[in-house]
Amino acid sequence: MNEMTKLTAKDFATDQEVRWCPGCGDYAVLKAVQRTMPELGVRPENVVFVSGIGCSSRFPYYMETYGFHTIHGRAPTFATGIKLANPELDVWIITGDGDALSIGGNHTMHILRRNLDCQILLFNNEIYGLTKGQYSPTSRVGTRSPSTPFGSVDRPASPCAFALGSGARFVARGIDVHKNLPDVFKAAHAHRGASFVEIYQNCIVYNDDVFAPFTAKENAGNQLWLKAGEPMLFAGGTKGIALDRDQLAVKVVEVEGGDWQTAGVLVHDPKNRSVAHMLVEMPLVGFPVALGVVYEDPAPTFESAVVEQNMQASAGKTPNLQALVSKGQSWEVTKEPHAI
Amino acid sequence: MPATIWRHSPIFRPRSARPQGTTFGVSAFQINFGSSAIETAGDAPDVLVAMNPAALRVNVDALKPGGLIIADEGEFGARNLAKAGYESNPLEDGSLAKWQLVSFNISQLTMDAVKPFGLGNKEALRCKNMWTLGLALWMFDRDRGPIEEWLRTKFAKAPELAEANIAALNAGHAYGETAEIGGQIPQHHIEPAPAEPGLYRTVTGAEAISLGLVVGAQLAGLKMFFGGYPITPASAILHHLSRLKEYGVTTFQAEDEIAAIGSAIGASFAGSLGVTSSSGPGIALKAEAMGLAIMTELPLVIVNSQRGGPSTGLPTKTEQSDLYQAVYGRNGDAPMPVIAARSPADAFDCAIEACRIATQYMTPVMLLTDGYIANAAEPWKVPDMGRYQPFPVRFHDEAPAEGQPVNPYARDEKLARVWIKPGTPKLTHRIGGIEKNAGTGHIDYAPANHQKMTDIRAGKVAGVDIPDQEVTLGEAGGWLAVVGWGSTFGPIHQAVRRARGRGLDVSHVHIRHIWPLPGNLGDLLRRYKRVIVPEMNSGQLKTVLRDQYLVDARPVTKVSGQPFKISEIEAAIEEALA
Repeated sequence: MNEMTKLTAKDFATDQEVRWCPGCGDYAVLKAVQRTMPELGVRPENVVFVSGIGCSSRFPYYMETYGFHTIHGRAPTFATGIKLANPELDVWIITGDGDALSIGGNHTMHILRRNLDCQILLFNNEIYGLTKGQYSPTSRVGTRSPSTPFGSVDRPASPCAFALGSGARFVARGIDVHKNLPDVFKAAHAHRGASFVEIYQNCIVYNDDVFAPFTAKENAGNQLWLKAGEPMLFAGGTKGIALDRDQLAVKVVEVEGGDWQTAGVLVHDPKNRSVAHMLVEMPLVGFPVALGVVYEDPAPTFESAVVEQNMQASAGKTPNLQALVSKGQSWEVTKEPHAI
Repeated sequence: MPATIWRHSPIFRPRSARPQGTTFGVSAFQINFGSSAIETAGDAPDVLVAMNPAALRVNVDALKPGGLIIADEGEFGARNLAKAGYESNPLEDGSLAKWQLVSFNISQLTMDAVKPFGLGNKEALRCKNMWTLGLALWMFDRDRGPIEEWLRTKFAKAPELAEANIAALNAGHAYGETAEIGGQIPQHHIEPAPAEPGLYRTVTGAEAISLGLVVGAQLAGLKMFFGGYPITPASAILHHLSRLKEYGVTTFQAEDEIAAIGSAIGASFAGSLGVTSSSGPGIALKAEAMGLAIMTELPLVIVNSQRGGPSTGLPTKTEQSDLYQAVYGRNGDAPMPVIAARSPADAFDCAIEACRIATQYMTPVMLLTDGYIANAAEPWKVPDMGRYQPFPVRFHDEAPAEGQPVNPYARDEKLARVWIKPGTPKLTHRIGGIEKNAGTGHIDYAPANHQKMTDIRAGKVAGVDIPDQEVTLGEAGGWLAVVGWGSTFGPIHQAVRRARGRGLDVSHVHIRHIWPLPGNLGDLLRRYKRVIVPEMNSGQLKTVLRDQYLVDARPVTKVSGQPFKISEIEAAIEEALA
């Protein structure tokens, strides 16, 4: 009678024609999410996908769940109302680098600090795709785009550093086409609280191969997949991340013959916030890119605190509208007073 | 118009030999001031300044219901309370609920203000009378110049005392301005005394709106979600609602105005009644989200406590200049019902009406009030809740037949779409801000579909069932109609009554439903030879009436941040009849 086992990825796909450019990284993410859903043991009717505006924000239309395609940058606000109104719902926010960090930066900060129980999937392609290729708040200095024909001059924001700085209790990274992406989603879903996932997503039209230095097959050695309790090794185990205690920074060390202990390679502790900061801020050149669950340290969620307080404040009180409107000091008028 | 009377104790140095702090030692006197002759010297005062518990105890019963108490909470310590015979602190125990209470530590604020003058504690504290006077001058828009002159003359031999007192005066004045407390203070009163026998209480507009929203949500059978962001003069609604959790109310102080409305719309999507509230600048920020609520056809109540504009404008002053913003202020063809409250008590019924329209028609509704209504208190005949008809919401939960699509945009005869809560099996669907198919809600850019959906959105709002317009005072036709809306009700009503008393053929038509307008309004207005529209803006309702009915409505406008005087409306009536 367990209907849940019957669900497949197909049960989470709508009949709507998917309208992203051929070859867009969004397709891979969509497939990964649809593949993940049946494994989460959720019913489609209890899931809500909420998005803002941008290429990725069309996502809800393709998920056979409840969905709300809202306005630019504001998806976290709608998600907050949905979750507070019905904490039983499983809320996913789909956003992009412009949506979450430019027009919606404020809301991203606040939903993370409040720790609303939801999954935030930030599709980072370092470009404004829907509006045809302007540089974004995550574009690297020198990005040539229709609005920056001579190259952008402002320094980019780092989504995961922003999330940590905002007080996020779960920060993870993935790559659109990587096989590990469903595992990242599962970890995000299992975490109670706001789970922030940055997905490196290739925009084939306006910013193709911008992540190739670590996503291309030949560069896979630059991916550092973090696993709790395991050493931070990459490049086939020949290199690792160690702590430079003088500089209070992380450094890359060579690992000889698998002896990571001697090389001083760090063991990943997702609860270590300081190391998490260092990992997400490692520069692209000379360091690998930290992927997987970088940081996880659960804390009470916003909606549970609100529900708890509402219950406490209501305890022992019987709602009575007549009493409510009669409250305060009242007086009886028995005869007609004189007019002013 | 009754003059403003305010009584205070002891603002200047008490000349009582009785022990200070006891009820025998209280010396008090009353100042009357007003722009016209004082006709009602025997009336209860509007404002009581209580410098200590004893002063409060002795004088408070003389204060009219809804009057303002300004108390120096620095003097309400255990010792002074005991001296005055109070068992608990009246500033905290709710016993002053009949009045409006504003309390701050005037003693401390005064000490801070006069610190640079190096006075002793006792002398410094004497300046608190001047501090309070400065606050009062700010509240009532009076000039500080004459007081400064008087202080300089009085303390000619001790100029440092004069300067300290002036510093205190200025500090009190500045406090009023920066703390934006003017919004809490009734600066005039317009409602006639209650005429009907019954149980009365005082209510401010913000309270009445809060209560009306709670009742409205209960009549709809819904939980209420209120998303708000602090702004003068709307914050009071957030404050009131945050104490009413046992009525299924969740309040959320959002990070900004947009988050406030976004969360409210999200809550409506999830099956609660979403409510948000703000004032002009905040409403401007919410405009895009209102468009989304119109597009997704979700119920939502937006309360706009209007204040002087544009931009930050005059946060503590009243104005009615957001009518265009309410009716027209969104991108695209975005019709939305608009209701305007005329007084604190009327705001209760208006809030219920807003909830009814929002839930019955699946639409955002804007409720217009203003700084005056929101914060002024007036006696209110406690309504009999048994006389309010419930309007229960029925969520759609029937799954479509096998192979048939879910139709979240299926409609009833009122053109209201079905409301499907997430969590309902077999009815998963997606909504959003992109134009949607008339039935399935799927994205649909087809020209004919957009025409159809635009027509439906307009038709639904145009068809909202609202009562026919009645003549508020006078006849349904004649020489002159004075048409008003919102908080100009009082002065217009009085002016028309006086003019009619002099035999003039003039009637008062007060409009509650600003959009859609009552179905018979055009016909009614055409039965008058002349129509004037007094408004605290540059003629916004006037323009709407001209547009809708091609009537020669003439503006009577005032945007000084002050309400109309009765005499100003009377002059306009005389002029229109000349």
